[in-house]
Amino acid sequence: MYIIVVGGGKVGYYLTIALLGEGHEVLVLEKDAKRCELIAEQLGSVVMRGDGCEARTLADAGTERADMLIAVTDEDEDNLVACQVAKHKFKVPRTIARINNPKNEALFKKLGIDVTVSSTNLILEHIQEEVPTHPLVHLLTLRGGALEIVEVRIPPNSPVVGKRMKEVVFPPDSVICLMIGGRGAQVPTGDTILEADAQVIAVTRPEAEGALRAALTE
Amino acid sequence: MNVVIMGCGRVGAQLAALLDEDGHKVAVLDTELYSFRRLPSSFNGTALLGDGTDEDSLKKVGIEEADAFVAVTQGDNRNVMAAQIAKHVFNVPKVVCRIYDPLREELYHTLGLETISPTTIGAQMLRDKVIG
Repeated sequence: MYIIVVGGGKVGYYLTIALLGEGHEVLVLEKDAKRCELIAEQLGSVVMRGDGCEARTLADAGTERADMLIAVTDEDEDNLVACQVAKHKFKVPRTIARINNPKNEALFKKLGIDVTVSSTNLILEHIQEEVPTHPLVHLLTLRGGALEIVEVRIPPNSPVVGKRMKEVVFPPDSVICLMIGGRGAQVPTGDTILEADAQVIAVTRPEAEGALRAALTE
Repeated sequence: MNVVIMGCGRVGAQLAALLDEDGHKVAVLDTELYSFRRLPSSFNGTALLGDGTDEDSLKKVGIEEADAFVAVTQGDNRNVMAAQIAKHVFNVPKVVCRIYDPLREELYHTLGLETISPTTIGAQMLRDKVIG
């Protein structure tokens, strides 16, 4: 694939190394002359000096034949514009934007950016996974359907311990897919008994998340 | 009319003063307190410290009741982003956005933003002065 990386900072630099390693054709667009020199010295002729938000620079970079554009500068607005210009002017099939302010995630999706990566959210998610007391962990957000896969650990003092699955009232649009307990992982049926300390993997809607947690823990 | 202006530079401050004189309710947003010195002492509107690409700042400055939003910071991309938030998130009826880069201006114009490129307008006016 031909991939254009906008922004040759630390993220752009290491991303480029990884993409080159996977055999892709990569071009980095970077405004700063010193950064360009450094990248060229380390990685060869994979860098072009210029503003990746400018249509002229993108035209020179051959963006019309790019399969993907990834914008990873420090500024959310620059990443947004680079992706929008690539998408609308050069018909790049896939655009990915790095986001610093997590609040921009919904906005960028609304404005047509295919994928957003929020480093702030990624770090937060890792913290949530590492902290065992947090009763609900996000495992995956399914794009498009507004669905997510979550994990809930059933506390030993939960009133649902010992109950059958069918006796518990779950919020609508929530499906329990898997229970991992003392007897290993099992796909639960209505008669499956909920165990203390078991991990329950469920598909749910973000708005039903609180109700699902409450149904299993309170 | 309720107007929110993002960016209190020369253009933003002068626009705010003009609209204020005409009796409109004006609120100006800027990330630097020092910029508000450009507003005339007679200015009756609101000046608020904040980032126009941040939805919370926009709410604070009253974007939800605004009839018009104007983005005139120094950064084309900041203007473009804020204008799109005003238009697509807060459904402000009239959104105008300054974009210096003519190519970028052309693109966002075709994408439905109301845009002005001072570069294009300025160059044309200068040409007319030189030739005329």
